[in-house]
Amino acid sequence: MNIVVTLKQTFDTEAKIVIDGSGKIDAAGVNLVINPYDEFAVEEALKLKEKFGGEVTVVSLGGDKTESSIRTAMAMGADLGVLINDPSLENVDEWAAAEILAKAVAQIPYDLILAGRIAVDDGSSQVAVRMADALNLPSVSSILKLDIDGDKATVIREIDGGSETIELSIPAVLTAQKGLNEPRYPSMMGIMKAKKKELKVLTLADLGITAADVASKMTAPKFSLPTPRKAGKMIAGEPAEQAAELAKLLREEAKAI
Amino acid sequence: MNFQLNEDHIMMRKMVRDFAEQEVFPGAEHRDENEEFPMDLWKKCAELGLAGVTFPEEYNGVGADYLSYAITVEELSRIDASLGVTISAHSSLCANPIYKFGNEEQKKKYLAPLASGEKMGAFGLTENMAGSDAAGTRTTAVREGDEYVVNGSKIFITNGYYADTYVITAQMDKSKGVKGISAFILEKGTPGFTFGKKEKKMGIRSSATYELVFENVRIPAENLLGNEGDGFKVAMTTLDYGRIGIASQALGIAQGAYEQALKYAKERTQFGMTLAEMPVIQFKLANMAIQIEAARLMVYQAAYFASEIHDNRKISKYTAMAKAFAGDTANAVTTEAVQVLGGYGYTRDYPVERMMRDAKITQIYEGTNEIQRVVVANNILKD
Repeated sequence: MNIVVTLKQTFDTEAKIVIDGSGKIDAAGVNLVINPYDEFAVEEALKLKEKFGGEVTVVSLGGDKTESSIRTAMAMGADLGVLINDPSLENVDEWAAAEILAKAVAQIPYDLILAGRIAVDDGSSQVAVRMADALNLPSVSSILKLDIDGDKATVIREIDGGSETIELSIPAVLTAQKGLNEPRYPSMMGIMKAKKKELKVLTLADLGITAADVASKMTAPKFSLPTPRKAGKMIAGEPAEQAAELAKLLREEAKAI
Repeated sequence: MNFQLNEDHIMMRKMVRDFAEQEVFPGAEHRDENEEFPMDLWKKCAELGLAGVTFPEEYNGVGADYLSYAITVEELSRIDASLGVTISAHSSLCANPIYKFGNEEQKKKYLAPLASGEKMGAFGLTENMAGSDAAGTRTTAVREGDEYVVNGSKIFITNGYYADTYVITAQMDKSKGVKGISAFILEKGTPGFTFGKKEKKMGIRSSATYELVFENVRIPAENLLGNEGDGFKVAMTTLDYGRIGIASQALGIAQGAYEQALKYAKERTQFGMTLAEMPVIQFKLANMAIQIEAARLMVYQAAYFASEIHDNRKISKYTAMAKAFAGDTANAVTTEAVQVLGGYGYTRDYPVERMMRDAKITQIYEGTNEIQRVVVANNILKD
């Protein structure tokens, strides 16, 4: 069973976000990791490979540094890596990313495509599902459980207040929610083997497209940090006075009641 | 001179660090208080390949270099020095002598399960009357037919009781002095081989430290490690390399304590400012950082030489320097870390008091820091 996992390299969730003078996010010195939700996808792919055999290919859109995340996935057990790294791809919107990934994935034999349900940096939660559309495949997002039987997949999907069970035929795109599995640590042996595995670096030309074909339809001109949390207000006085003052502030200042 | 770690080393460090922070840290204080051996964690370490980092793949090892091993022990010890020494003693003191001195049958039978972590190893050299004076071994071995009969005891044996495989030394001919000592591979469960006292220690309390007792233990002749009379050489070579493990452990302890002090200093306020804004504390932190950086370079250099130069006589000086310096660094840094945390640092609510208690042994075992200086002096005076 051949599986493709689309993976994004993101900031470490504990990284401190710094906005530079021109309203752009400053990536200097930031620790870059595999998007945690994509780790669930990699782990699920590896579990399926252990059960059914086949190969796991990791596909990513990114820059030079993204290679290290692909190698980490290989250290976990992924067999092959594809990195689409083109100088014109400084800022891609979700549509462009999906189009590019779809073109790359179409070149790989697959029975199933897995991805994380959301990237922790921009949180758009769209690319995998858009990519499924571009590939003319069904997709289910936020899966908590996956069973494969022949060409049929049964998934349990997280919804507000519960879960739903969906049956669909593969190939399909499924996005992983936290709780799907516990991603394994790469073993020492896996780390040693990772550098020997094939990692193809492709440009847009290699995919038969030009920058104009995938020009972003949407841009983010600037970013700003959220307003800093103000210090808490201490309310003095006797309990009855404090309660009255609190009620007044909640109504008039916080407008919460 | 390339002062950069390669990509493999960076990935290995991240993996061991993540494992240590997520799996090892939560129970560390509890294991220390209750002197509870980390058996579950040992098994997880084995699954991740941490039990056989430097051994060839043909014997179930990872086939990585000594720097990878140093980083492994360092990152484990940064969180829990007891687990660090469990791995170090197993790898350097038991698996390694079998790798270096064992014949093919011994490597297949004993090294392979040790390198995979299926079995745990220990090293029985030290005795009541043979600590720094390791040649003063009083445990005896006598050849009888196709067996050696061993009598005596060993003390302070790390991983004792839990280990399956033991490399031990015994005197076969006192008239020959050190040349009369032989080394053997001994399996747990061999009749006559029992465990005596479990040591109650100041630190590394969840590391198992036991007495080994030999009463007419019959070891098959094929378990002689090397030739008769090679035992002292086996032991000294083992310690030459084992020092890298302990140096790495000391380095990890120092790093962990320093990070605790740094974090605390940024949070704790007195006199209307954080400790980190006070020059007195800044200098303490700077001194810690300077010492750790120096220790790190020495440990990594020793590890680099161990992988590049396959002659233990040439690396002996560097591993001794690294162990002595890193041990002293760990003690200085952990003591200062407790000081920075003040009253809170003295309580069990923070890990620095454990780190300080853990650090002390790194100046003592696998060759006291005094012996390390003897080794260095011997090396520099003979050049």
